[in-house]
Amino acid sequence: MEYGFIIKALLYLILAPLLGGLLSGTDRLFAARMQGRQGPPIIQPFYDVNKLLHKQTTVVNSIQILFVTGYLIMTVFTGCLFFGGGDMLLVFFALSMSEVLMVMAAFSTNGPYSIMGAQRELLQMMCYEPMTLLVAIGFYYAQGSFMVSDLVKAEAPAIIQLPGFFIGFVFILIIKLRKSPFDLSTSHHMHQEMVKGLTTDLSGSNLAFVEIAEWYDTILMMGIVGMFFITANPISRVWAIIAIIVVFFIETLIDNIFPRVKYITMLKVTWAVILVFAGTNLLILNVLK
Amino acid sequence: MNIAKSPWVLHYDGSSCNGCDIEVLATMTPMYDVERFGIINTGNPKHADVLLLTGGINAQTAPVVRQLYNMMPDPKVVVACGICACDGGIFKDCYNILGGADKVVPVDVYVPGCAVRPEALIEGVVKAVGLLEEKRKKLKESLKQGYCSVDYSKMAIHMTADDYDPSNQYDAVLTEEALRQQAEEKIKASAKPAAPAAKPAVNAAAAPKPAAAPAAPVAEKGDNA
Repeated sequence: MEYGFIIKALLYLILAPLLGGLLSGTDRLFAARMQGRQGPPIIQPFYDVNKLLHKQTTVVNSIQILFVTGYLIMTVFTGCLFFGGGDMLLVFFALSMSEVLMVMAAFSTNGPYSIMGAQRELLQMMCYEPMTLLVAIGFYYAQGSFMVSDLVKAEAPAIIQLPGFFIGFVFILIIKLRKSPFDLSTSHHMHQEMVKGLTTDLSGSNLAFVEIAEWYDTILMMGIVGMFFITANPISRVWAIIAIIVVFFIETLIDNIFPRVKYITMLKVTWAVILVFAGTNLLILNVLK
Repeated sequence: MNIAKSPWVLHYDGSSCNGCDIEVLATMTPMYDVERFGIINTGNPKHADVLLLTGGINAQTAPVVRQLYNMMPDPKVVVACGICACDGGIFKDCYNILGGADKVVPVDVYVPGCAVRPEALIEGVVKAVGLLEEKRKKLKESLKQGYCSVDYSKMAIHMTADDYDPSNQYDAVLTEEALRQQAEEKIKASAKPAAPAAKPAVNAAAAPKPAAAPAAPVAEKGDNA
């Protein structure tokens, strides 16, 4: 058990940035093809991070480095906990912690765009935090355990009991992956009304750390999507991977279709979706059990 | 891996007629699609590697261009897009135009044209990107010797139009040689006090006096070390 945890966590530590970078590159390629462009090579994110690591790092406030590094470490810790087979609740709490550190990094710079980005990031957290907690609770209702190592040994896939939770989670992934209708705090595209939001005042290796942390985060999120499909049967893993690919493609499609909305719309829509799908699902589960 | 694989671009319009700006943006469209070279148009000087300047520089935009240049982390390159950014172009003799972009920041690549053709622009950026790798090596060397090739102590100067004085604009962005000299002087100055113990105290006491007494722009210009 103990060795298994460490090996899985180490595998995540090494493979997640590779896969995350490739996913990010695929995302950019898909987006380009959807817009009728050729698009960058699939390993473009690695070129970007390599360049950022070789650039000079200008720091506005030295505590910024601590927060950004903390963000990276907490994200990696969260992922290791999840893929090692740890506690689902702890995973989500640690994830909030990493987000808070990122917000603090933006607040510490005192730049108007960074601060605006940080405030919007807090609003975004308010939108998706209920859902992440509900996912943990939903898994507990379905399988009777918070431990990921127990959840993967389920007899039936969780999606059968938790379809509403799945829809809700895919919906908040739009916020989590910083996709277009809800990319209020920062986005991957140019011409943001507030420059780059959260990451405006980060440069050089600090920005590279944020990028790497986002790769880890993407893989973690995709892992949670896969959790809905995984059972004790090894073939279920194939289904989980197919589901991840489909979900990721849908997220890119949504990113390219919708324009950005105001925060109040985001709040209303997200909470409505969470309440209708996840809330109803939870109620039905409650009645049935 | 080469750092030239992902040049992020910052575009600033210093009094252009918008002709060149439209062409700059045209390079992002599916027709030319510069993103296939990894080029992204960031609106943020702190993320940018290449500064694209369009239009001649006037008294109002000069401090802005200077600030943008100073905010960009090293290594960085500047591309003057269009004939106005190269030397003032058709507006050269206007009372408010100082001239090309090289009046305020050191320009690496001049791309002429009115308006500049997207193909020419792409070639210009590709050439500029070739310089990035060289500059990175220089930066590494200069960092080893204890200085950085951009003088950030000058960042707060010339922020407003009132502070603007064309006669001292260019030397705020110091050249490689000037910085090397400064570094050597600093090293000499720091090496001296080790041998005679009493002398530096006298020097230190004497030094602030001439700096404080005149408080003239001449002294201000000189003591950037």
